[in-house]
Amino acid sequence: MTTMTLSKALNAGLRKALEDDPKVLIMGEDVGKLGGVFRVTDGLQKDFGENRVVDTPLAESGIVGTAIGLALRGYRPVCEIQFDGFVFPAFDQIISQLAKMRMRSLGQLTMPVTIRIPCGGGIGAVEHHSESPEALFAHIAGLRVVACGNATDAYTMIQQSIHCDDPVIFFEPKRRYWDKADVDTTAELSAAVPVDRARTVLDGTDVTVLCYGPMVRTCVESAVAARADGRSVEVIDLRSLAPLDDETIMASVRRTGRCVVVHEAPVTGGLGAEIAARITGHCFYQLESPVLRVGGFSAPYPPSRLEEHYLPDLDRVLDAVDRTFAV
Amino acid sequence: MAVETIQLLTPEGERVEHPDYPLELTTDEVKSLYTDLVLVRRIDTEAIALQRQGELGIWASLLGQEAAQVGSGRALGPRDMAFPTYREHGVAWTRGLDPSRLLELFRGVSHGGWDPAAHRFHLYTIVIGAQTLHATGYAMGIQRDGAVGEDGEAVIVYFGDGATSQGDVNEAFIWASVFNAPVVFFCQNNQWAISEPLERQSRIPLYQRASGFGFPGVRVDGNDVFACLAVTRKAMQAAREGQGPMLIEAFTYRMGAHTTTDDPTRYRLASELEAWKLKDPIERVKAFLVRTGAADAAFFADVDAQADDLGRRIRKTCQEMPDPQPLAMFENVYAGPNALLDAEREQYAAYLDTFDSAEVAR
Repeated sequence: MTTMTLSKALNAGLRKALEDDPKVLIMGEDVGKLGGVFRVTDGLQKDFGENRVVDTPLAESGIVGTAIGLALRGYRPVCEIQFDGFVFPAFDQIISQLAKMRMRSLGQLTMPVTIRIPCGGGIGAVEHHSESPEALFAHIAGLRVVACGNATDAYTMIQQSIHCDDPVIFFEPKRRYWDKADVDTTAELSAAVPVDRARTVLDGTDVTVLCYGPMVRTCVESAVAARADGRSVEVIDLRSLAPLDDETIMASVRRTGRCVVVHEAPVTGGLGAEIAARITGHCFYQLESPVLRVGGFSAPYPPSRLEEHYLPDLDRVLDAVDRTFAV
Repeated sequence: MAVETIQLLTPEGERVEHPDYPLELTTDEVKSLYTDLVLVRRIDTEAIALQRQGELGIWASLLGQEAAQVGSGRALGPRDMAFPTYREHGVAWTRGLDPSRLLELFRGVSHGGWDPAAHRFHLYTIVIGAQTLHATGYAMGIQRDGAVGEDGEAVIVYFGDGATSQGDVNEAFIWASVFNAPVVFFCQNNQWAISEPLERQSRIPLYQRASGFGFPGVRVDGNDVFACLAVTRKAMQAAREGQGPMLIEAFTYRMGAHTTTDDPTRYRLASELEAWKLKDPIERVKAFLVRTGAADAAFFADVDAQADDLGRRIRKTCQEMPDPQPLAMFENVYAGPNALLDAEREQYAAYLDTFDSAEVAR
């Protein structure tokens, strides 16, 4: 076991993927000499060369569009989109091309492309640097969407995503880049939890809190605080947002009868809405109260001096937990 | 900047020489080009008829662009890769793709579905210009495979005049340029993007845009199959050898509607069409063959008979094409199992099972 930051764990995972498969490429803006604006690709170009760690021109559609072409040629590109709010110029290539190529070709073409997107707020940034667009991608057939919440998962999940023959949108919680955790770089990847399965972070009996990415730490802290009030909160890190791990979600909610879904993204039309609908469909008779959602508001992400009011925090999660008992 | 259009065969069927594009063609080669032009036009004619009869949902006609497509398509080597729009039926023909595979898409049986690797001909791309980036990325893959140089490979990507306004096309130009990728950008300027004339896309001749991106561009008479062949052949060879990208603007005309849903009489003059009819890509090759005494009436009759056979075969294949099974829509979305989709498939299969099997064939 090695203790490392989430950012470093991603770096180690990418390095491993580059070592394991000569077809793996990294491409994006500033990923080479600079090592990425968050240093996630630090040192990789030096060790693997400019042909495999490619500083691209500054155009996101170009990054994803050429990655598709490289995948058609048998490569396994890992694209970095520098910030969440910059992914939209690449939206057409992701939605209309990358996601649909396999079906268009009746299964003859494979698109093993991973698109890394640092997401979420809390770093005091300017506009377009703090968004959570995951629901937009989870809506699209043909894509897999995952979000890592800690260094341990980051190391395995990035490798699993790169190995996956489907296109994967890989969300990284940028304000957790510097959080540390134990990473076992010697373990076999095949022994890791499959990338499309959720993971129970804290066992509990009274209420299920579902979260992912940057909210996992917040929710764990909320659960610890709730324990002081005598509430036993189960925290599940969803990890896979498309497809959702219904089995793990439903098993927990059937036991607890209560559920709160937490994400930074706006509540309206967000993952929480989908999850609540699915829980209602599967666990209606076990539910003791409505599924509640905690998330961003139906307003654009605010200027950073206000972001603490926009982002769900320990108190807002606890407030929702309390409300599930108030019914 | 003076506008030069490379031409090797005049509309009257007279052979002209160009110092940069010497072209030696045997009589058999010219006859073969002529045959392809006629057959490709017949595919188009039949498909339009099939759409009118309700057998196809829609068809995008290539009428008038046969020379641009056959000429450029015949310039490709067996290992070169082509990325089409949705109108490259002539290029598809030169890549050995059976026309019925194209009909599958326009009938609504599949979204494409032929094997791009086998034919070295990618699937049709409907979003305007998106394929230019795929082609450029593919060319970057060729570079990484060390397949540039003598006996190298190259890519050709097709797009239209309207597409030159797309961000993706401009990004592809930039990528190809800075990475010196072995890709030839083949723009069929057919003067119309549905109802919008070229003037709405560009104030300068399209081929001149290449210089701003740092690679050469040329305009070729897109109705001249000899010139399209020679210019594309040279550009592809340069790309294969590592000299980087090139833009070819094939100056042509969309003689028909944008698709079978379109009505060009609403936005363009009949006189324009009449003027272009005089530059027909097939007639000039026929005139050349007749003028040089290379072909007699029997040859032309034979080509027409081949076209009739092809037309019959296309009609039959199209009319007999079965609809896919309902559950096929769940196939090939993901590479492996997907819990969400698998559950939906199971539920829908169970739902279908509640119907009389005669009503819903699975």
